[in-house]
Amino acid sequence: MTGKSSRGFCLFSVAAASVAGSAPAVADYAFNLPSGVTPISHEAYRLHMLAFWICVGIAVVVFGAMLWAIVHHRKSRGAVPAQFHENTRLEIVWTVIPFLVLVVLAVPATRALMAMDDTKDADLTIKVTGQQWRWRYDYLNEGVGFFSNVDPKSVDASKRGSGIDPASVDNYLREVDQPLVLPVGKKIRFLFTATDVIHAWWVPALGYQVDANPGFISESWARIEQPGTYRGQCSELCGVGHAYMPIVLVAMNEPEFDAWLAQQKALQAKAATAAERMWTKDELYAKGQEVYGRICAACHQPNGQGIPGVFPALNGSPIATGPIAGHLNRVMNGKPGTAMQAFATQLSDVEIAGVITYERNTWGNKTGDVVQPAQVKQARK
Amino acid sequence: MAEIALHGTEHGHPSGITRWLFSTNHKDIGTLYLLFSLTMFFVGGTFAMVIRAELFKPGLQFVDALTFNQMTTMHALVMIFGAVMPAFVGLANWMIPLMIGAPDMALPRLNNWSFWILPFAFTLLLSTLFMPGGGPAGGWTMYPPLFLQTGMAFPFVIFAIHLMGISSVMGAINVITTVFNMRAPGMVFRKLPMFVWTWLITAFLLIAAMPVLAGAVTMLLTDKYFGTSFFNAAGGGDPVMFQHVFWFFGHPEVYIMILPAFGIVSQIVPTFARKPLFGYTSMIYAVGAIAILSFIVWGHHMFTVGMPLAGELFFMYSTILIAVPTGVKVFNWVATMWRGSLTFETPMLWALSFIVLFSIGGFSGLMLGLAPVDFQYQDTYFVVAHFHYVLVTGAVFAIVGGIHYWLPKWTGRMYDERLGKLHFWLSVISVNLLFFPQHFLGLAGMPRRVADYAVQYTEWNMMSSIGGFIFGASQLLFLYNVIRTIRGSGAKASDQVWEGAHGLEWTLPSPPPYHSFTTAPEVK
Repeated sequence: MTGKSSRGFCLFSVAAASVAGSAPAVADYAFNLPSGVTPISHEAYRLHMLAFWICVGIAVVVFGAMLWAIVHHRKSRGAVPAQFHENTRLEIVWTVIPFLVLVVLAVPATRALMAMDDTKDADLTIKVTGQQWRWRYDYLNEGVGFFSNVDPKSVDASKRGSGIDPASVDNYLREVDQPLVLPVGKKIRFLFTATDVIHAWWVPALGYQVDANPGFISESWARIEQPGTYRGQCSELCGVGHAYMPIVLVAMNEPEFDAWLAQQKALQAKAATAAERMWTKDELYAKGQEVYGRICAACHQPNGQGIPGVFPALNGSPIATGPIAGHLNRVMNGKPGTAMQAFATQLSDVEIAGVITYERNTWGNKTGDVVQPAQVKQARK
Repeated sequence: MAEIALHGTEHGHPSGITRWLFSTNHKDIGTLYLLFSLTMFFVGGTFAMVIRAELFKPGLQFVDALTFNQMTTMHALVMIFGAVMPAFVGLANWMIPLMIGAPDMALPRLNNWSFWILPFAFTLLLSTLFMPGGGPAGGWTMYPPLFLQTGMAFPFVIFAIHLMGISSVMGAINVITTVFNMRAPGMVFRKLPMFVWTWLITAFLLIAAMPVLAGAVTMLLTDKYFGTSFFNAAGGGDPVMFQHVFWFFGHPEVYIMILPAFGIVSQIVPTFARKPLFGYTSMIYAVGAIAILSFIVWGHHMFTVGMPLAGELFFMYSTILIAVPTGVKVFNWVATMWRGSLTFETPMLWALSFIVLFSIGGFSGLMLGLAPVDFQYQDTYFVVAHFHYVLVTGAVFAIVGGIHYWLPKWTGRMYDERLGKLHFWLSVISVNLLFFPQHFLGLAGMPRRVADYAVQYTEWNMMSSIGGFIFGASQLLFLYNVIRTIRGSGAKASDQVWEGAHGLEWTLPSPPPYHSFTTAPEVK
């Protein structure tokens, strides 16, 4: 069998070569773990390769013995069966040797786990919050925080019958509107949590993923060795948008990072004052359209029809055409027990005002209502 | 004994639909289980074909993400509870009484009930696909809070799982009772065929594990409808606790699906090596050790939930320890072949490919057991490759091998050997094309359970899908071969069927009489 299965492997290689040959445009043909850019990721990579080669070694011995028996001890060659059926010494040997091999693996694995567990003395702490279906990053003690959403170009190309070739989209499904920016060489501590269901934050270049559990906090750390852009995505099934929760991490040298942080602080201050003024209906509609496409359309669909039985339609719905207070309440506080989240903490006053104005004035909903950011601010109290 | 013999002749051979509906005959119920399993194998396989078609290239072509998630969830539920587990129960029903010299299972009416629950359970489960909002889409692991977002399908899925659990537990009770009470005189425990031993231990695992699953899903049910907060942090619960409870069931479940496969392979290899099984006693100890370890390793499914260091270390050590007894089994099979007189009929081909490919699944299992690297492997296609190597080329290959091995005994006819070999070679090549590239996908960064993926994963996915389509289509050959054998085509099978076969089942005529061993045989 082993001999035959190596024939299978040859076929497999031929098929691999032909598929690869037919698609020369894609140079990136990865098949192994990356070694990554942190001490932890290097350690994981080394352990992975050690375990791999040990397995290869065992496979060569065991499958080799099988192959030998298949070739030499076959009836068609006149083999006469021996009748032995036990050998205590041999059985003890092949119980003890695997055990020793396991010790060889367990020692570095234990060391690596202990190193990973040590989140003390961090220079910077980032809170990572997963929710359906985007990430939020908060720079604790810096007053900076933002959502990181999948690039709309990827979402458009992904749709059935979109007519857009995913290969034509840069970093298809691995691009976001605002990446997580981190300094190089600093010990960064991550705190993970979620607001709705369980997500998992996975950046292979950092060497791990950690689950983000609603109501609980888990942690990890990283010291990134070189500047660059590192990509990953949510790795815990979290609903229909699971494939659309990419993570982009930009690591930069400290001076650039400091400049970036200062710029973010200024931007957030400016956004806070925007909520104070009166907005026109057109401004709010445009803002709402953008927010709707980014946040709401995944469930309620771009045409507002929802998915019958799963996500209710907004077009002509009693809430989107009824009293404004009810609409505000549903968007801000969600509906417990369903996928409808409380967006009060996730969206700004302007964004909530915009999306409600949009929903009340698009598709067949022609209420003519305008909801101002100030009303949202009032509703928060 | 004379009384039983009289009973057997009195009833004769029932016919028509009532033969199957009211059957208390272990052979008929075994056949029902196997046909049910075969049906579910094709239903679950259809779901797999949808998955592989959608993943053939990036972008969504055939289904939306919601349907895709329903397909992955249903594929797993149907294959685990509908195909693999009933297939083993079917084999147990057919073979355990024949192997231990019993006239039937110990509890024949319970046996009827265990089977007939299943069609209802799966009608409930599959009907959810046609409900508003569709079937369950939160993964077969049913993790809350996501699974609590399931719509109308939710209570149906929970109830279906309860039914499957009841069916499994009753089947397990029957196996234990039969093995303990119905052995022929002289059939002492240290003479039990390895298939019976592995099933006996599996039955204890089933009784210990299935009620835990029932508890877990009941807590989901009350969380959704009755205001409890077992898994809701806002009410003082913990979503991670579900994972602990689920995997306390889930890991023994993994061995429930592989231990009887070990038993089948341990029957086939000695037959075609014409040499007794090497290390019979150590095989039993190994199965026992694996069964016990299976209850203390569940945490390795959850290394990334944010466990304390001590927990990570405990589950890592206990997990990689399983490699020792598993290694013993593989070494014993190779030693059984060593200096045998080997022939390569279809059952042997399946058994040999089982040993090689299951070992590959074992290797990736060892790698996954190393917690610091599992932080990279977890929830990727590397895991998907791993568990398909142990479940498809492990459990399913052993079942298919066992079917070819025993089909001549059951039907009195040989299957078509050329067709059997063709089916084997097509399957073994395509299954590797299907699952081997998935190791690469996972290592290169593709998570599992995604409906769409980044373009750098296109080539491996295309290969995997092509392998999947060939593998799926090849199984139609199997179906054809089984049907034509049942319908009486093929050469007449002798009582012993295989030159190297030993054991009570081979002393009976092929096919065995409707009531066999009505007088207990003497085992020397």
